Amino acid sequence: MLTDFDKRLLNVIQKEIPLAARPFAVVAERLNSDEAYVLERLRWLRSQGFIRRMGPFFDSARLGYSGTLVAVEVEPASLAEVAERINLYPGVTHNYEREGPYNLWFALLSPNAEALDRILREVALLPGVRRLVNLPAQRKFKVNVQFTLE
Amino acid sequence: MLDALDKKIITVLQEDFPLVPEPYRELAAQIGIREEELLARIEKYRKSGELRRVGAVLRHREVGYAANALCAWRVSPARLEAVAAVMTASPAVTHCYSRMAQENWPYNFYIMLHGHTREECRALAAGLAQQAEASDYVMLFSTREWKKTSMRYFVEEEQHD
Repeated sequence: MLTDFDKRLLNVIQKEIPLAARPFAVVAERLNSDEAYVLERLRWLRSQGFIRRMGPFFDSARLGYSGTLVAVEVEPASLAEVAERINLYPGVTHNYEREGPYNLWFALLSPNAEALDRILREVALLPGVRRLVNLPAQRKFKVNVQFTLE
Repeated sequence: MLDALDKKIITVLQEDFPLVPEPYRELAAQIGIREEELLARIEKYRKSGELRRVGAVLRHREVGYAANALCAWRVSPARLEAVAAVMTASPAVTHCYSRMAQENWPYNFYIMLHGHTREECRALAAGLAQQAEASDYVMLFSTREWKKTSMRYFVEEEQHD
């Protein structure tokens, strides 16, 4: 169970790990706590899986990667196998089974457009894949994955 | 342009962030540079836009946001900006993109919506639709997560070198 302190800590640490020699001392000061306790709670929150990742998050397009969202219609009996094959590509960051005519949706990043096209051709040929829609991003209006805990 | 040291820094920074009193000192030692240099480079990435933020990302299901819907909308090109302004202002919207519509899938505008329940997501989407005057949309709730990870940049390149 998350304590009130944990929730306040997660709300703050999602926004920023300060760029300072002692960043967790800065966070502790904001929470009227101390550095050792903040570190202890963060280790616990990470080990328990509440925190997926800490550190810098980069803008993929600015690093030269192109991205797309892909909708796949898969025969239900083949879904697990197709999902696992798609997961093997390191550039696949999200892969979700969803309701609707296309039952598998994945996000794909690649350092070059040719590699991306090759992956899409391979996925289209996987047994059980009926059809695939490639939805390359035109404009990014927002990416900010933060959740307020109350 | 990113140089070889930038790529090395980014590669190291994507690993587990050290939960110690002086994490940047430890990371700098792994990279083989001084702490001041590392902090200056990170600040540079932030100013130039390569870095979105340094922080934590939570597992949304574990912290109570159990429902998520990819919402796909049909928005006329002339209204994209206005609709995006409404959608991006909502804290429940974590991702917002316009995309090329395709022959067998006419939707050109996408948001990721997170809520505690499906009902909450439906109400949020209905509210956004009304506020943005964009009523043509479908909600695609996730039923299973097969993969959710952060991209590891420049790792493939390294392996191919």
